Amino acid sequence: MTATVTTSGLGASIVTSIVQLVMIVLGGPLVLGVMAKVRARAEGRIGAPIHQPLRDLRKLLTKESVHAEHSSAVLPIAPFVLVATAAVAIVVSPLVTTTPVLEHSADLFVVVFLLLMGSIVLALAGLDAGTAFGGMGSSRAMTIGALAEPALLVAILALSVQAGTSNLPKIVAATLAHPSWAAGPERLLAFVAFLIVILAETGRIPIDNPSTHLELTMIHEAMVLEYAGPELALVTLGEAMRLGFLLSLAASLFFPWGIATSTNPAHIVIAVVALSAKVVVIAVAIALLEVRTAKLRLFRVPELLTGGFVLAVLSVVTGLVTR
Amino acid sequence: MTLLLVGLGLGLAGAIAGAILPVRVRVLGTAVCSSGACVMTFGAATRVLATGHAVTLHSAAVLPLTGIDLRLDPLGALFIATTAGVGLAASCYGVGYAEHALRSRTATAMFPLFLTSLLLVPATSSVATFLVAWELMALTSMLLLLVEHRHRAAARDAFQWYASMTHIGAAAILIGLVLLATNAGGQTFTDIRTHAATLSPALRSIAFLLVLIGFASKAGAVPLHVWLPRAHPEAPSPVSALMSGAMVNLGIYGIIRVSGELLGGGFLWWWLVVIALGVLSALYGALHATASSDLKRLLAYSTVDNIGLVLIGVGAAGALLVTGHRSLAALAMLAALFHLVNHSAFKGCLFLGAGAIERATGTRDLDRLGGLTRRLPFTTVLFAVGAFSISALPGFNGFASEWLLLESLLHGFAAHGAATLVALLAGVAALALTGGLTAAAFVKAIGIGFLGQPRSDGAANAHEVTPSMLAGMALLATPCLVIGVAPGLLATALDRASGVALGTSSATPLRAGLGLGLPGIGSAIEPMLLVAAGLAAMLFTFGVVRLVARRSVRRAEAWGCGRELQTARMEYTATSFAEPLGRVFADVLRPDHDIEVTHVAESRYFAQAIHYQTRADDGIERAVYRPVISLVAVWGAFASRAQNGSVHRYLAYGFVALVIVLVALA
Repeated sequence: MTATVTTSGLGASIVTSIVQLVMIVLGGPLVLGVMAKVRARAEGRIGAPIHQPLRDLRKLLTKESVHAEHSSAVLPIAPFVLVATAAVAIVVSPLVTTTPVLEHSADLFVVVFLLLMGSIVLALAGLDAGTAFGGMGSSRAMTIGALAEPALLVAILALSVQAGTSNLPKIVAATLAHPSWAAGPERLLAFVAFLIVILAETGRIPIDNPSTHLELTMIHEAMVLEYAGPELALVTLGEAMRLGFLLSLAASLFFPWGIATSTNPAHIVIAVVALSAKVVVIAVAIALLEVRTAKLRLFRVPELLTGGFVLAVLSVVTGLVTR
Repeated sequence: MTLLLVGLGLGLAGAIAGAILPVRVRVLGTAVCSSGACVMTFGAATRVLATGHAVTLHSAAVLPLTGIDLRLDPLGALFIATTAGVGLAASCYGVGYAEHALRSRTATAMFPLFLTSLLLVPATSSVATFLVAWELMALTSMLLLLVEHRHRAAARDAFQWYASMTHIGAAAILIGLVLLATNAGGQTFTDIRTHAATLSPALRSIAFLLVLIGFASKAGAVPLHVWLPRAHPEAPSPVSALMSGAMVNLGIYGIIRVSGELLGGGFLWWWLVVIALGVLSALYGALHATASSDLKRLLAYSTVDNIGLVLIGVGAAGALLVTGHRSLAALAMLAALFHLVNHSAFKGCLFLGAGAIERATGTRDLDRLGGLTRRLPFTTVLFAVGAFSISALPGFNGFASEWLLLESLLHGFAAHGAATLVALLAGVAALALTGGLTAAAFVKAIGIGFLGQPRSDGAANAHEVTPSMLAGMALLATPCLVIGVAPGLLATALDRASGVALGTSSATPLRAGLGLGLPGIGSAIEPMLLVAAGLAAMLFTFGVVRLVARRSVRRAEAWGCGRELQTARMEYTATSFAEPLGRVFADVLRPDHDIEVTHVAESRYFAQAIHYQTRADDGIERAVYRPVISLVAVWGAFASRAQNGSVHRYLAYGFVALVIVLVALA
């Protein structure tokens, strides 16, 4: 009896985890489309339809792969690792449900270092062709990543101190049980730090300009300059998944209401709708921020990220003082 | 115990073989003896770790006056097993490496002796035996450092730094331990342990500070680290692997054994000092590792970084023990020991890999490497395993221990007392920051060192190294992967060792199957499942792409912004890769820039040549050590003025001294 219950529980959590994965795989590019649309409207243009990024992916898949002359096996393997690490992070995290598959391993450290793994292989791929632009992109991306990852880790850690666990589903469940936590000062500080990290990790203005094609100002685009065809599609998809994942994680950790606490299909549907709404709100806010700010000079970016790190540490301190 | 003695005996036999055998069989003979020694001692150590029972031996015969005392308990056994693992790999690797260096009589005799002393130190159980083994380790490692001094003048400089630091450290340890032994009324560790509580607090604290200076300098903790980034790179690579993978461990061992086990924990401020040393070392080491473009120097600074992380764990354990959280303390100690074992595996592998690159290309300057993936495929993969482990990527061993370290600090927040909390928070911040910096440093090491186009003729004409060298690296890469997917395998051994270290009977709140779990705070990791999920996701993506995408692949020239030819000179170098981080952390690294512009004769608006040089020296060495060295030099110059070699003057000194003595007596 117990065994069947566990099996069906496992089956249900696998299904909901796959729901999460599909939602982010399709939703990540759509979020990019929404942000582009909001920017276009704010600038007085009509803009491309929201599903344009998905169309681009389909187009890229039908094109031919081009590998740079001196590149090794790292270049073609890296996009798969990028997508796979993002997928594992999405599958284990509490985005739609508080009982994802492998929930016991859904540790904040696991998620942060899975994302780091994706960044590392992409930076290696940037260096693989042995060109100046790829090296420049990798160097800058690792500089920003070296400061953003710690801020992300400490920002989530602030929530762990409060909830007494570093397990993400348990943090979300604890927040649901104590709604007053969401308005606490440590949450506010951690949320701001988290937002700064999202901007940095996903290469948005003011840190990087995703639509630039001027080599000297590019960070992410310079790093993936050597990609073409299906591999470029995977890199773009991987980045969109990371954006979708980070936005959803922020939504779940800081505003978890609506998330499914059971495997009831009706709850799951509600959770998907609620999560989409929360993510779109954050994405629109970021897009409006992008329209209103100028890109920072590269060497001012570390100051912003250090600020994020300090906010995250302050958040932990606040949590320790007020407990 | 018999196994241990046979192992140590084999080590000594290796030393004798290295000294007397003819050159053709010398290398192989010593390698067989050292490998045998490692296998035997590994067996002895694992037996103690498996049963949890210590074995002891006292013999009055060997050492005059005191005799020798040996005791193999789980704590010592963990260090011996680790050293034996690194030693086996280094011995195996040494066979191939010796075609070029490490084949002189001194080298072949000293290597087994060094290895034996490393294996002996954690098994000693009296002050006299310990000091003899410790000094043997110091002397043999110094001689090994000098083996290649004819080829590289830097080895002599490194030797001077190492010799002075190691002797200052040894003197501090000697004074500290003798102070304890005389006041405890006996020189065995048992005597000290039983009488520790009766010693006055001031005496215990003085002894703690003295041994901390000695052991922290051996471990390479900032600010006593200055010898390490010089000595570890300049030693022959198998010796570097032993130094970074085993010798620094013994510094940590000393701190744990003396301050934790023998003195029973002492006072809170001891451990806050240890955490402070750890935080400082972790950040300073990580920053300098990102700035270094010499591969072995990068690895040496990363050793400083990792030793810092271990010290944070050890300090947290001590602080929690003193404030009465025994099981949390045991968890922090377990995490620290776990990271130390993992560090030995991946850093040993990386140093051997760096040696392989140096052998194959003739340089270890990252700015002159590149394009090695096709020329050294096996070395590339093995080095990458080490680099991913040290970057704590999921599925590799560094991830498991850094996770546990972070969890133990998070657990520790349950403790009260502002000082402890601040120290733990600093530890968490340091752990987070070093994670990002280490990733940057090792992306540089792989990306610049192995990928891209070759930046020198040496790199362009490199050939894969010999099978024995690859086997040495593989011996250390394997545990990185095995522990990475199944960290729970080590849990019992680590639990026993940390129990001995803190004088508790284990009972850490750790639950281990193949993964690790902490039921108390509901956190767990199952790396095997994560790896399986990741591989499944990769395979699925691969299948989908194969199905829907076009399969044609074309090779073409890389995008050069309109320029026709992409040469290696246009690539990013290690220096340029690290430049942005160097600029961000300029306050700590203080890089020196030299720019020389030669203008063409006709107009100063056109440059003919630009010479740019940048170097990041060790700021602590410049700020703290240089003034002391120049003071010593001034004193030396002053003293040498009195000693000008004239017999008349020395006769006059004798006469004046005699007069003074007579006057004083009268």
